[in-house]
Amino acid sequence: MLIKTTGYLLASVAALYAALGCGKKDPAPGGTTGSAAAPPATAPASSGSGSGPAPAAGKPLKIAFAYVGPVGDAGWTFAHDKARKAVEAEFGDKVTTSFVENVPEAADAERVIRDMVAQGAGLVFGTTFGYMEPMMKVAADAKEVKFEHATGFKLAPNLRTYDSRTYEGAYMVGVIAGGMTRSNVLGVVASIPIPEVIRNINSFTLGAQSVNPAVTTHVVWVNKWFDPPKEGEGAQALLNDGADVLMQNTDSSAVLQTAEKAGKFGFGWDSDMQKFGPSAHLASAVIDWSPYYKKTVKSVLDGTWKSEPTWWGVKQGAIDVVSVSDKVPAALKDKLATVKKGLADGSFAIWKGPLVDQAGKEVLAASQVADDKFLLSINFYVKGVQGKLPSAQ
Amino acid sequence: MESLALQLSSSVNAGTVLALAALGLLVNERAGVINLGAEGMMLVGALAAYATAFHTHSPILGFAAGIAAGAVLAAGFGGLVIWLSTNQYATGLALSLFGGGFAAFAGTGYTDKQLPVQVAFRIPWLADVPFLGTALFAYHPVIYLAAALGMAIAWFLHRSRAGLMLRAIGESPESAHAIGHPVRRIRLTAVMFGGAMCGLAGAYVALAYTRLWVEGLTAGRGWIALALTTFATWRPGRVLLGAYLFGAVTMLQFYLQARGVQVESHLLSMAPYLATILVLVIISRKPAWIRLHMPGSLGKDFRPDT
Repeated sequence: MLIKTTGYLLASVAALYAALGCGKKDPAPGGTTGSAAAPPATAPASSGSGSGPAPAAGKPLKIAFAYVGPVGDAGWTFAHDKARKAVEAEFGDKVTTSFVENVPEAADAERVIRDMVAQGAGLVFGTTFGYMEPMMKVAADAKEVKFEHATGFKLAPNLRTYDSRTYEGAYMVGVIAGGMTRSNVLGVVASIPIPEVIRNINSFTLGAQSVNPAVTTHVVWVNKWFDPPKEGEGAQALLNDGADVLMQNTDSSAVLQTAEKAGKFGFGWDSDMQKFGPSAHLASAVIDWSPYYKKTVKSVLDGTWKSEPTWWGVKQGAIDVVSVSDKVPAALKDKLATVKKGLADGSFAIWKGPLVDQAGKEVLAASQVADDKFLLSINFYVKGVQGKLPSAQ
Repeated sequence: MESLALQLSSSVNAGTVLALAALGLLVNERAGVINLGAEGMMLVGALAAYATAFHTHSPILGFAAGIAAGAVLAAGFGGLVIWLSTNQYATGLALSLFGGGFAAFAGTGYTDKQLPVQVAFRIPWLADVPFLGTALFAYHPVIYLAAALGMAIAWFLHRSRAGLMLRAIGESPESAHAIGHPVRRIRLTAVMFGGAMCGLAGAYVALAYTRLWVEGLTAGRGWIALALTTFATWRPGRVLLGAYLFGAVTMLQFYLQARGVQVESHLLSMAPYLATILVLVIISRKPAWIRLHMPGSLGKDFRPDT
């Protein structure tokens, strides 16, 4: 009797949900809510819509964003979403935007991106390296849709790549780290061993060495972009090992928080993280995707979109170091300002020889400036970084 | 030496989350009910704790909220599994998915909310002892609670009448029912205790271990706790051993990386799992020992009227 009643109750609740769901004007985008940790299911999580009002003439451009993490990570994905909102504000009713969070870097990504195209997206942004193959596949099938792939390297007539010179941000916070460390040991919690991350570790070290040649950098790899407890454990291990300034290439604020708890120093990465560690925070290396996103949307609306790679840095307003703490002495702040100015007007190059790798081999000759090709394939540690470089994914 | 003391203390810290969840699941499973929803309960407990601590500025209320949230979720699970006789494994999986999704949904407003800076916990005088002070006496209160609970649960299960009754119900609910014990009510209590402990573990992650809320915060630790309970053959002492060993090897592998040891980081990150499985399997290798402690009716349904 109890089972029967409960069964009827559950069935009517389910019917109610179905009725509500079918009553919506546009169909609900694909993707069910799910926890990322359950082994049997790999369903990505919630999606959201931020649409403008219906346009007066002509259909608005539908722009879809695929995020690898949650908008609430206050890091990588948060920065992309901030830029998405800037696009909405700039173009008003000429565009409608939507996003799907927590799309894993795996087969599921293809399904989500195909779904975006099926729902009429004219421009799709994939915000992580791991979407490369899925996007290439869908791009081949949807030739009228433009695809933007962040941090990738494969191009197609309707797919192009974009990236930000995060290593400039890493260098600048490295300058601060080198000046603020007392133990001359810096710690980096690193995510996945791809050239971008290795380049950032190296640039961080080079920045620190420019003000303090005696520093060494210790690195731990958590092999995930986002795993707050693991990031915290890695940070703690670095602190136990004697590091007193921490940096991370992961997406949450856990490392900064660990530094705060221990009374040491840390940085924000990708977004401003000052409030997560008020006494530990020295500065945040942030990415501003909005200049590039605005330019892209404008080019799609104007019909001038071309498939070419873009790699913007301080010069184009994509990279900055913000919220520099008052604990940083004025002389160090001046050095930082000089570096920033040099990067902005192109007079200063971070990757300039003579440069040796960890084993002592020369990788850049004296006054040789590294070109983008060199930078994109960095798979060595510079001298001063301790540890064994894991083989890449 | 100080570095070694810090290593020890962070190992215990790392293992506490697993210990709390696994101890709760142990009681749960000893009564014959297997609750695969550990991850969901931990996440909901973490969110409840974080939100409560943020609004009330009281960590104690936060922990209480985490415990309550875990217990409530487990009560729902218990009702379905014990009274409606749904399949325990399927319902547990559903609970873990639901808990994770619900926590993500309800917690969207909290990812950029910051808790006040945490006070460092030290026992006065004792914490100033060189080496032992840092290694043993500068912990968050919940860490001491976890160790105490481990001992309390061991005493309860093996030295008290109520514990005997619980184990009897886990071995053979029909016999226990024939004697006159309220089998289903006791099973529900055990399930709610398991949920409360998972909620406490989640609350600890959100309020002390990593003081933030993001969806998926516990990153699979609920599943590790489930496996730990089984590998430890349902004995509280072994559960604590396994949990702290896991924490110790986790910190050790990061320490080795930081020191620059020339081993692949992927191999090193496998180490905690391998080490814990290896040790627990070796110390529980006799089939007789396993049979002795495995609850006979684990996962099986019980209906008093049949």
